[in-house]
Amino acid sequence: MIAMLLAGGQGSRLGVLTADVAKPAVSFGGKYRIIDFPLSNCINSGVDTVGVLTQYQPLRLNTHIGIGIPWDLDRNVGGVSILPPYEKSTSSEWYTGTANAIFQNMRYMELYNPEYVLILGGDHIYKMDYEVMLDFHKASKADITLATIPVPIEEASRFGVVITDEHKQIQEFEEKPEHPRSNLASMGIYIFSWPVLREALLKLKDQPSCDFGKHIIPYCHEQGRRIFAYEYNGYWKDVGTLGSYWQANMELIDLIPVFNLYEEFWKIYTKNELVAPQFVAEQAVIDKAIIGEASEIYGEVHNSVIGSGVYIAPGAVVRDSIIMSSASIGENTVIDRSIIAEKVQIGANCVLCTGEDIPNRVKPDVYSFGLVTIGEDSVIPSNVKIGKNTAISGITDISDYPGGVLASGETLIKVGEKI
Amino acid sequence: MRAVGIVLAGGNSSRMKELSNKRAVAAMPIAGGYRSIDFVLSSMSNSHIQKVAVFTQYNAKSLNEHLNSSKWWDFGRKQGGLYTFTPTTTPKNSYWYRGTADAIAQNLDFLKNSHEPYVVIASGDGVYKLDYSKVLEYHIAKKADFTVVTADVSGRDDPSRFGVVKTDADGRITDFEEKPISADGSQVSTGIYVVRRRQLIELIEKAVEEERYDLVKDIIIRYKGVKRVYAYPIETYWSNISSVESYFKTNMDFLKPDVRNYFFRQYPDVYSKVEDLPPAKYNAGSFVRNSLVSSGCIINGNVEGSILFKKVYIGNNCSIKNSIILNDVYIGDNTHIENCIVESRDTIRANTNYVGEDGKIRIVVEKNERYAL
Repeated sequence: MIAMLLAGGQGSRLGVLTADVAKPAVSFGGKYRIIDFPLSNCINSGVDTVGVLTQYQPLRLNTHIGIGIPWDLDRNVGGVSILPPYEKSTSSEWYTGTANAIFQNMRYMELYNPEYVLILGGDHIYKMDYEVMLDFHKASKADITLATIPVPIEEASRFGVVITDEHKQIQEFEEKPEHPRSNLASMGIYIFSWPVLREALLKLKDQPSCDFGKHIIPYCHEQGRRIFAYEYNGYWKDVGTLGSYWQANMELIDLIPVFNLYEEFWKIYTKNELVAPQFVAEQAVIDKAIIGEASEIYGEVHNSVIGSGVYIAPGAVVRDSIIMSSASIGENTVIDRSIIAEKVQIGANCVLCTGEDIPNRVKPDVYSFGLVTIGEDSVIPSNVKIGKNTAISGITDISDYPGGVLASGETLIKVGEKI
Repeated sequence: MRAVGIVLAGGNSSRMKELSNKRAVAAMPIAGGYRSIDFVLSSMSNSHIQKVAVFTQYNAKSLNEHLNSSKWWDFGRKQGGLYTFTPTTTPKNSYWYRGTADAIAQNLDFLKNSHEPYVVIASGDGVYKLDYSKVLEYHIAKKADFTVVTADVSGRDDPSRFGVVKTDADGRITDFEEKPISADGSQVSTGIYVVRRRQLIELIEKAVEEERYDLVKDIIIRYKGVKRVYAYPIETYWSNISSVESYFKTNMDFLKPDVRNYFFRQYPDVYSKVEDLPPAKYNAGSFVRNSLVSSGCIINGNVEGSILFKKVYIGNNCSIKNSIILNDVYIGDNTHIENCIVESRDTIRANTNYVGEDGKIRIVVEKNERYAL
């Protein structure tokens, strides 16, 4: 079985976090990136041929994955291959949909001529043995197997749900139904028997924005293919919005987290050159946190996820926040409920996440949950106050903050950056 | 760089007491995430030495495990590579390495088959960063036959456990006494040497013929009158770890910002094997001050002025003070540890006390059943 990992999406609901990186390359849990989870799942499941389809801002993904050494995917045969869209002799196009992207890499799959193809997304946090799912696929004599997860029935209307018979064969699909008849939600993970996938992709090759959920699966269903639902019952977390991203990070610091990174079994791998330990200074206070390598903590950290190489100055207080790698926080700065991306520099005596909970004026559906979100490489000057539901990206100076304040609900994106 | 590297990592030191029961000195864990040999290997890699041989003999299991891939130090190249040479029996030889010169002699083909004109020889028990190409430049400028890198240990270590050297105004070594009863001066050999490859082959062959097996005593010291032996003083941080006191002190040095800054933040980097451990986790009730904490640790209790290596678990209400806790140690609830080095993979029961007397470091080796706790 080979895996095709769809990693080309922007993840626009993560706002400034994905201004310069694709969503699968966003940091998670201190030292990981989101794509580490499906990649580690692949190698732990014995899937050692993985095509990673990239499109949106692929630089970080490319440098992160490299030749796949951290995941043991540097292989003589197979291993990891980065698959960007490419120019063809007759036509050239971007990846216009999930299935279209896979179709454009038909030659990659034909090269290995696998019996089964596993289709994965790069935007969930979970540990899953794809081999067990494959066993189910074989035992059911399925043509297609969808990974599904039981969700509370009241939430089922947010998902695509499947209705199965007693053998888990899928009878019907319902996309975001108002009155769900089942609580089995599709996880966007598919195993196809290769001839079935190939036939469907070729048949629908002219379908604009060809998508698995919208086109391929319904087509196969019509054709009377045997489609089964594999029920997965572990931890599975969507990190597609800032709120759920923040929540999933915070769950890692529970006393015994549901999603436990400390188990020897099913390790999560990531590219990491840093081996230096972290330093906790004499005056530091740390209370419920996870902290990455080589960070230096002089201030206070409460209930937060801190990446590698982070500097927290004396007197600074970080609460309920995510601070990604190589960020630095100035003296006496107080940070609450914030997501601070990589290499951000925050000056001294700032206050983040203060004031009233006013919805964001530009993108209320993105910057909500009362969070402050600061994009990569941003610079925040000293002595400013930043309100709730705000976003900042770029190198800002004190003149960008009228009266030293960025009010709740405001967005501050400096020139050269897009909203 | 036009040199091959040789790392002498076969040694054991009785001054390491119980710590050396488990591993060769070169495999001693340092500063949370590293092992002693990382410093010499990283320096060699950063000096663009591409071909390095590590000679191991004493209890090399930990060391071999650490060296299981050369990619961490960027040695896994088509040109060059990292070689480990452990004594083997051949039709001509059935001895262990009878000394450092004998170790090189038994693997003389490595030198004979190389084409680089120089050899850098270093031990695996030093904590430092050094650009060996600077030493080589000095070696060539001085038209030296042997260059010995030296360090001043006044105020931090006992010179009499090293080779003490004296030089003339030009830097040529006039006096070289190995482990003197009372040291006259504090300039000591760091165990790092630069020599021309053909010169070394010639001297080694001659020494072994005469049944002399020690590189320092039988070659460098013996020839210092007839050959040009020079000292290259290292001005930056250098520390040897092969006694319990200096091992403890060297590790504790990393609590100082300037030492951390020098090793962790300044170019060039020190590399080590990456172990895919999760970030360190601080649970409610933990209280950590002035300490180094490595990845994979889970902390519930108090830690002060200590170094926690990888994957250490500290139970509720513990108190760890001025101590070094090596890799993969489990410490049960309500335990008090002060002035100790806790051996790796130890399991310390709850409600116990380990306190080293003032100024004396206690080594704790406790092999309890971890999951029976």
